Amino acid sequence: MLEASVFQGLSWNVLSDVQQLFSFPFMVNALEAGTIVAVMAGVTGWFMVLRRQTFAGHTLSVIAFPGAAAATYAGLPVAFGYFGFCGFGALALAGIAGTRRSLGAESAAIGSLQALALALGFLFVSLYHGILNGLDSLLFGTFLGITTDQVTVLLAAAAVTLVLVGIAGRPLFFASVDEDVARAGGVPVRLLGFGFLLVLGLSVAETSQITGALLVFSLLVTPAATAHQITAQPGLGIALSVAIALAVTWLGLALAYFSIYPVGFYVTSLAFGVYVLARLWRVLAERPRTSARLATGPA
Amino acid sequence: MKEAVRFEDAAARLGGRTIWSGVSLTVAPGEFVAVLGPNGAGKSTLIKAVLGLLPLAGGSATVLGRPAGQARGAIGYLPQRRNFDAGTRIRGLDIVHLGLDGSRWGVPIPGLPSRAREAERVREVIELVGGAGYANEPIGRLSGGEQQRLLIAQALVRKPQLLLLDEPLDSLDLPNQASVAALVRRICRQEQVAVMLVAHDINPILGYLDRVVYLAGGKAVEGRPEEVISSETLSRLYGAPIEVLRASDGRLVVVGQPEAPFVHGDRHEHA
Repeated sequence: MLEASVFQGLSWNVLSDVQQLFSFPFMVNALEAGTIVAVMAGVTGWFMVLRRQTFAGHTLSVIAFPGAAAATYAGLPVAFGYFGFCGFGALALAGIAGTRRSLGAESAAIGSLQALALALGFLFVSLYHGILNGLDSLLFGTFLGITTDQVTVLLAAAAVTLVLVGIAGRPLFFASVDEDVARAGGVPVRLLGFGFLLVLGLSVAETSQITGALLVFSLLVTPAATAHQITAQPGLGIALSVAIALAVTWLGLALAYFSIYPVGFYVTSLAFGVYVLARLWRVLAERPRTSARLATGPA
Repeated sequence: MKEAVRFEDAAARLGGRTIWSGVSLTVAPGEFVAVLGPNGAGKSTLIKAVLGLLPLAGGSATVLGRPAGQARGAIGYLPQRRNFDAGTRIRGLDIVHLGLDGSRWGVPIPGLPSRAREAERVREVIELVGGAGYANEPIGRLSGGEQQRLLIAQALVRKPQLLLLDEPLDSLDLPNQASVAALVRRICRQEQVAVMLVAHDINPILGYLDRVVYLAGGKAVEGRPEEVISSETLSRLYGAPIEVLRASDGRLVVVGQPEAPFVHGDRHEHA
């Protein structure tokens, strides 16, 4: 039977299954780490989608890969590589944004940086021959072997991220939707843009440790994009983005625990499923307004 | 009562090029003034000088009784822009609210008394521009005219004494241009706000204006619309023969200027 081979140890009794999940320390660590990451990615991701910086975010996640590979090669904790490389990546992106002549030139420069990052990643992987076993988890995530120390580091980084977003939240929102007026109103638009890239780098570095470098988007973009589809209210949108990220992370971790497939696959597929449903819902919800408008003519 | 804006022999330079010089003008409180002129004449530059975003190269600029740049809080500003694109999923209401608190640090805390007062002011100003019917929609889904009304509401929400509107009629169809102009005039009278409105085409707003500032050839003239938009004044300003014709429907047509300002061409100058 398919279920028997794919889902192992699943009793279909929800209570005992949940008890089983919490009975292993590594699983508790994974759930804690997942929770921290989901909250932070939900918040930062909402701003990233609003600012249309998904490409910059993706580039940071690709930069996370050589970071992790380099740290492994140098015998350092992987988190060092993630935070270090994502920090430098954010500085580089801020530099590109600071000199931007046009949006086209900016995205071309970011794309070039992304290619370089990927190439560097493969260089470190081939330098360190023993890494091949860990390559999957660098790229696609793992929930095994998350230590209590790692959870503490994640918590500290998430706290810094959330405090920064809390301080700069409203002017950042203003600068994101209405840059010229914000600047005229005395909002330090450039400083906020720069600061946000650093926060984004921090978020990507954290998220990478659960989802892997290539699947960062499943928590950073998809829940946020879904929230933007569902509501145009900022507060509600951020809350929804966090809620979706939490739900897919918890469910993804549980499914991965009981099955033979990796956690990244579940988190990504679940998030994608929610996104598709939200798009469908919006298409249906907006249909009446469009026809009403046609009937009454242009406003 | 003191002037809202006073320029004396002012000059502006951008990138080493003198945009205009010898500009003297005054705008009285509650007065509706249009800033006209061809592309590149420095209309947006004039607005930036009033805001104090661009220091003058010569002369003096007094805004609301203070040197330009020190009265920023009492100025409502609507920059030249394209519309919000259809993908902007933020309510019009929130965009207006940002005009009130967008530059304050922190995040909004629901339930505070100050928050309720602000929400009341936002509702009031949306009512004033006639936007109550659509302020809860995502702004990207609104028409150009609806977006422009909400943006004017955003510029008004702090009860400014001076409103600077840079091409607010840009990208609107003719009936909407006229109705937004009527709205600006009404606000101007009702709230006693001085308005400087940059426009490309004087015709949709002609009936609502008090005065005109016309920029061309690095100089400016100001006065009542019929004084400024005349063959003599414009010929003197351009230093070339210009003819102003009045069509039977009252529209003004300017003929013979080096670059026709009344023809909608490339409307996104960046001077």
